[in-house]
Amino acid sequence: MKKKTSYQLMQGNEAVAEGALAAGVDFFAGYPITPSTEIAEILADRLPESGGKFIQMEDEIGSIAAIIGASIGGCKTLTATSGPGFSLMQENLGFACLAEIPMVIVNVMRAGPSTGLPTSPSQGDVMQARWGTHGDHPIIVLTPSSVEEAFLYTIKAVNFSEKYRNPVIILMDEVIGHMRARVSLPPRSMVERVNRVQPNMPPEWYLPYERSATGVAPMASFGDGYRYHITGLVHDAKGFPTANPNEARDNIRGLFAKIERGFREICLVDYELMEDAEHAILAYGSMVLSARSALEQLRKSGIKVGLIKLGTLWPFPRFALEHFLPQLKTILVPELNMGQIYREVLRVNAGKAVIEKLNRVNGTIIAPDEIIKTVKGLAR
Amino acid sequence: MKQTKTEIRLAGSGGQGLITAGIILAEAAILDNKNVVQSQSYGPEARGGASRAEIIIADGPIFFPKATWVDILLAMSQKASDQYSFDLKAGGIFIVDTTYVNQIPTSSALAIPISSRTREKFGKELFSNIVALGVICEATKVVSSQALQAAVSARVPAGTEKMNTDALAFGKKLAKEAIKHNNGVVAEIIEADS
Repeated sequence: MKKKTSYQLMQGNEAVAEGALAAGVDFFAGYPITPSTEIAEILADRLPESGGKFIQMEDEIGSIAAIIGASIGGCKTLTATSGPGFSLMQENLGFACLAEIPMVIVNVMRAGPSTGLPTSPSQGDVMQARWGTHGDHPIIVLTPSSVEEAFLYTIKAVNFSEKYRNPVIILMDEVIGHMRARVSLPPRSMVERVNRVQPNMPPEWYLPYERSATGVAPMASFGDGYRYHITGLVHDAKGFPTANPNEARDNIRGLFAKIERGFREICLVDYELMEDAEHAILAYGSMVLSARSALEQLRKSGIKVGLIKLGTLWPFPRFALEHFLPQLKTILVPELNMGQIYREVLRVNAGKAVIEKLNRVNGTIIAPDEIIKTVKGLAR
Repeated sequence: MKQTKTEIRLAGSGGQGLITAGIILAEAAILDNKNVVQSQSYGPEARGGASRAEIIIADGPIFFPKATWVDILLAMSQKASDQYSFDLKAGGIFIVDTTYVNQIPTSSALAIPISSRTREKFGKELFSNIVALGVICEATKVVSSQALQAAVSARVPAGTEKMNTDALAFGKKLAKEAIKHNNGVVAEIIEADS
């Protein structure tokens, strides 16, 4: 006990706010909604202290519009909401995907649909995060499963958004958002900050959507002397609308190509006790906590079970599953929805292992005992 | 050394300050150099709905953040007492605020009119949650007295430290009286752990 680490009690939502500040977010626009409100509350207090801006908007449509604008102006931006607000943001989320605007949306999920159970946990927005906005588009969705990860993944989210010029969504469930735990966060100096690539050619040579070798185009901030056009229409390298099939193809394919290139980096996956596992629990968010607790007891009773923890939901980290499929007899997917990631697991599994789901949509969390019982049944 | 884990649930109505009490208790546990997780559950109302805070204090890692079988239960409403008394472990400590709990399901509960005694002493029930923390500390020793005092002072609004310190001491006094009245018996858990 010589080396003294300083610990503090921190809430998941608070950790997101701290992560945003550590990552260099300097603009937040939002509209308060349970169970995400603490993020706005804390940033309203803290952002102005460090020269950043906080705006409470009239609604969530205004909120996402404001962070898109601020991002184009050169800010690192973030907003926080929950299901009902996330629904309102979908239209402009699509705009941000096509216009390639770096920004982060935090959705602290509550039980839905509609107003639902405002203070209860759920993981019902997994597919909405993937396909909520219309049209074929790539998206990055991260999901923390502890207070510490809420901090770390927020930093990752900001960095990914800057690096890939793409909106990143943090899906947290109410359990992670509201739980408080003893944490020791790394100092600011240890935090990696990624900044979008800016153009270095003369303004008259700049083509705002001409992809560099990385697949991402340098992004000039409005006001820096680079005059260019941004539109929600499919566009050419100059940013002007086009209906030319080749240019349209390059535009949409280019969106996917940059994320495919970063696939391995973007996919955050952890494995626990998987080396000799014959059975696996695949979990994310608060279900990781139940699964971990179940794992300990299942191992004690001699069942060779491990945990595949997804930190990234989209793009779906299929390799995490494929790697272990040859050794697995069964996979259990506990979720606080009717089985949204379960379907992805089925798709990747292609009939190799027995896949079972365990679902809950009543506003309560799945307890470790229920996972233990189900895995024991499967292992028999 | 035996690894210990204590699950605590503070339950009552929204507005009684139970979530704040839960946060303070968790911060006290950190000052005691323990691992801790605190979670909460409440209704959409600002006041009056069911509200509960849960705190798990352990020497080792804590996986699942919710309390399942509780070692310490504080009930500050009849509904909370009715709903959660079955979740108490055998030998667990059950503290009821008899201001709001008329039907106590077991004679082994530590029955104290926390809210009404707080009102008599301080003129309002505002400090009931801190008084309750004093009761919990004295009856269970789940956190050290010094850590709790420090956590209370750090969390309460500036200018109210003195009142809150008095409230904490008052809670301890109430617990001592009640334990004496119970012939010195709180519950078996204290003896099992020491």
